[in-house]
Amino acid sequence: MEILELTALELGKKIKAGEITVKEAVQAAIDRAKEAEPVINSYVTLDEAGAFAQAEEIQKKIDAGELTGPLAGVPVAIKDNMCIKGQLTTCSSKILSNFKPAYTAEAVENLKKAGVVIIGKTNMDEFAMGSTTETSYYGPTRNPHNTAHVPGGSSGGSCAAVAAGECFGALGSDTGGSIRQPSSFCGVVGLKPTYGTVSRYGLVAYGSSLDQIGPITKDVSDCAAFLEAIASHDPKDSTSIDRDDYDFTSALENNVKGLKIGIPKDYMGDGLDPEVRKAVLRAAKVLEENGAVVETFNLGLVKYAIPAYYTIASAEASSNLERFDGVKYGYRTEEYEGLHNMYKKTRSEGFGPEVKRRIMLGSFVLSSGYYDAYYLKALRTKALIKKEFDKAFEYYDIILGPAAPTTAPELGKSLSDPLKMYLGDIYTISVNLAGLPGMTVPAGKDENGLPIGMQLIGNAFEEKTLIRAAYTYECATGKQYETMADISKAAEKEVR
Amino acid sequence: MSKQYETVIGLEVHIELATKTKIFCGCSTEFGSAPNTHTCPVCTGMPGSLPVLNKQVVEYAMALGLAANCKITQVCKFDRKNYFYPDNPQNYQISQLYLPIARDGYVEIDTQTGKKKVRIHEMHMEEDAGKLVHDEWDDTSLVDYNRSGVPLVEIVSEPDMRSADEVIAYLEKLRMIAQYLGVSDCKLQEGSMRADVNLSVREAGSETFGTRTEMKNLNSFKAIAHAIEGERQRQIELLEEGKEVIQETRRWDDNKEHSYAMRSKEDAQDYRYFPEPDLVPIVISDEWIAKIKARQPELRPEKLERYKKEFDIPEYDAELITESKKVADLFEATVELCGKPKKAANWIMGDTFRLMKEKGMEPEDLKFSPEHLAKLIDMTDAGTISAAVARKVFEQIFTDDVDPEKYVEENGLKTVNDEGAIKEAVEKVLADNPQAVADYKGGKQKAFGALMGQSMRALKGKADPAAVTKMIKEMLEQ
Repeated sequence: MEILELTALELGKKIKAGEITVKEAVQAAIDRAKEAEPVINSYVTLDEAGAFAQAEEIQKKIDAGELTGPLAGVPVAIKDNMCIKGQLTTCSSKILSNFKPAYTAEAVENLKKAGVVIIGKTNMDEFAMGSTTETSYYGPTRNPHNTAHVPGGSSGGSCAAVAAGECFGALGSDTGGSIRQPSSFCGVVGLKPTYGTVSRYGLVAYGSSLDQIGPITKDVSDCAAFLEAIASHDPKDSTSIDRDDYDFTSALENNVKGLKIGIPKDYMGDGLDPEVRKAVLRAAKVLEENGAVVETFNLGLVKYAIPAYYTIASAEASSNLERFDGVKYGYRTEEYEGLHNMYKKTRSEGFGPEVKRRIMLGSFVLSSGYYDAYYLKALRTKALIKKEFDKAFEYYDIILGPAAPTTAPELGKSLSDPLKMYLGDIYTISVNLAGLPGMTVPAGKDENGLPIGMQLIGNAFEEKTLIRAAYTYECATGKQYETMADISKAAEKEVR
Repeated sequence: MSKQYETVIGLEVHIELATKTKIFCGCSTEFGSAPNTHTCPVCTGMPGSLPVLNKQVVEYAMALGLAANCKITQVCKFDRKNYFYPDNPQNYQISQLYLPIARDGYVEIDTQTGKKKVRIHEMHMEEDAGKLVHDEWDDTSLVDYNRSGVPLVEIVSEPDMRSADEVIAYLEKLRMIAQYLGVSDCKLQEGSMRADVNLSVREAGSETFGTRTEMKNLNSFKAIAHAIEGERQRQIELLEEGKEVIQETRRWDDNKEHSYAMRSKEDAQDYRYFPEPDLVPIVISDEWIAKIKARQPELRPEKLERYKKEFDIPEYDAELITESKKVADLFEATVELCGKPKKAANWIMGDTFRLMKEKGMEPEDLKFSPEHLAKLIDMTDAGTISAAVARKVFEQIFTDDVDPEKYVEENGLKTVNDEGAIKEAVEKVLADNPQAVADYKGGKQKAFGALMGQSMRALKGKADPAAVTKMIKEMLEQ
């Protein structure tokens, strides 16, 4: 249990010092996962044998002085929409339930270079479409803080795995809040980088112009270390940007003096749970006490973000998901007559209802006669939202707000009303539309003991400013992360 | 037919670019390899793979656009064209709809009534699809993705053509431009040049267009000409019968010389085009355009003028030789080596074109080297071989690219300059033909020809005719 209390960097340090072996670290995480999985269901694939094989190899390299990085030997988990060569990559969908890629995603490749041990692939909403991890073909993931509640989504498996101590850090992907919202629900740190910072090569696309891979970790220092490991300029991704500041850990500074922080009034009004509101304002106060200047302001166009997002993301998804047709890989229907019947049956049986809903929505907004009225208008709205942020960042260094309007809802309460579920993405979505970095940091709990996260939004390429503010907050408030020591205790809270 | 009709034709031409690698990945574009050997996650549409644009494709497309007098779109983008078909691994094709690379150009063609401009509406870049192989015995279909992602430029003309002849002239012109630029080999048979024909008819003098059909699967100039004639007749017959032409896509069956309706406008697919989010816009600077322009090779009109001036060959010769870049290159290289333009031109326009016609070959199929032709010209000039032998040797050069020096040596074809051998042969001919000798001496000049012919035959054509003539005359006068 002692090992599980460590952050990734603390563990990495002890491995480097020879106090803990890589095998011991992997054993601890695997044991923990085996104990938690029957209830939590964070993993689609837990690769025990592979993890120990990697551990042995990495230990040798560490001993030989070939691997000296801060994350060497640390067990991590990867969201199941990132390709790993020869390993099941399902996107939590029936249609990819037998798919093993021929190559490894660039972000995962980068993380492997840093010497981590990949112990498994985590559960998610099918094709990252959903906010609760309930649309998975492999069943829902449960929130380790209270198993009657969802972990959020779509990176719910990754966030729950970190929260439950089933790994020491994980990768998620964020198209409209899929890292930041479940991080908020699970009480962990999650960061969506500026679009183009982490290569999308090997990330199974949902909304290509919005997707970004990012870290999910126990604390801010780990977050900076993971981001430093995965970010790179990748010529295989045309939207990848060549940055000159990949040294994200250099921003771990306890200092926000003079930092200008704006809280959008529209983020604190109607629809926001009072307890979340209180927690976010309390967090802002902490930053103010540490020397930041905190003000409220009008961001504008906030209410247009959701329709614009669901138009653009669904349109791109409807096209991105066309390749899943039963011809080349993945699930193919058992019986069919002719090509078109094979297509229809494969896709009808292979996709779940939320995915189908978005494919239909996306196909509709792109169809001739509707393109201008919906898709093009959404693109224009996206550009206007970006302008609103540009205006705000002329004055503010950081925009602060909640990551979600509420804490984690109970299981089974969200999917019946998709529109309401979509509205829950209000604070995260515009960040993707504007291509900006956003970060969730744990900021207390509600009266039911469910975590609340605050969201810090930065100007493009200002991850370091976010990390600095988050780190200062963490230093001021003490360790936020707590490993849910006893899963059975969490399960007891569940009202069935 | 009581009324006069005019045919209105516009073309969509696909040209496969001769890049070494595919448009969005590093796989080879080589034709004819074992199935699925030139593939990777990108060109097989694997989940998570992303396209990266091949810069050479943009430069080739720009070169084509500039050569066809188009405006280059300086901020151009790719779009996705969505449709399900197994040869299309992503079930969308990356193409250009909203901002194609080039627009508003023209090419000039020669028609029976003089020169004519055919306007180019646009050119856009796109990726080719794979190939389906149907196994009829096993009731299965297989897909070969080697061609998937091979770069194409689609050239869309305005409806400016009025006959099959004009269409062929336009296609030949495009092919010549592409070949001159070195951007494509444009082989219709191999599919590196494909044309879809949009055709309508209207009463002569009418201002408005009739309803058009689109004809696909045309893979030779002959098929195109036949399809145009067939479709023109079909539409006229419909109109004469008081029926309507239906806007539809038709497929030409070259064996049956007949077209079939594939799909009508009503079931036309909605391709749901939208900007390709995986690629960034291409920004083309003035400098880049200037660079491509400067790199543009000499096109036919300039080459023609230069040949007339530099090589002092007649306009007619220059026209024939520059019709194909391959032939022009062969000619120029030969001249470079032997310095005899007129002789090189004669070999090309004479025996080369004759043999090509006999064997049904295209200029691209020529495989003999200019070194060997130049050597042959030099050998003939030096009298090493006779003109008759030279033509025989050339056939060997043409088919197997033999080295004429070696070939002549090995086959004992050298001109006989040995006076003794000539004398011996002539003596025998004169002895065997006393009548001819008597005729000649009696004043019949014609008899000399017979003696000459027989002497050359006896020498197997290898002797210098001048030397043989001299010998016969000497001996007859003795």
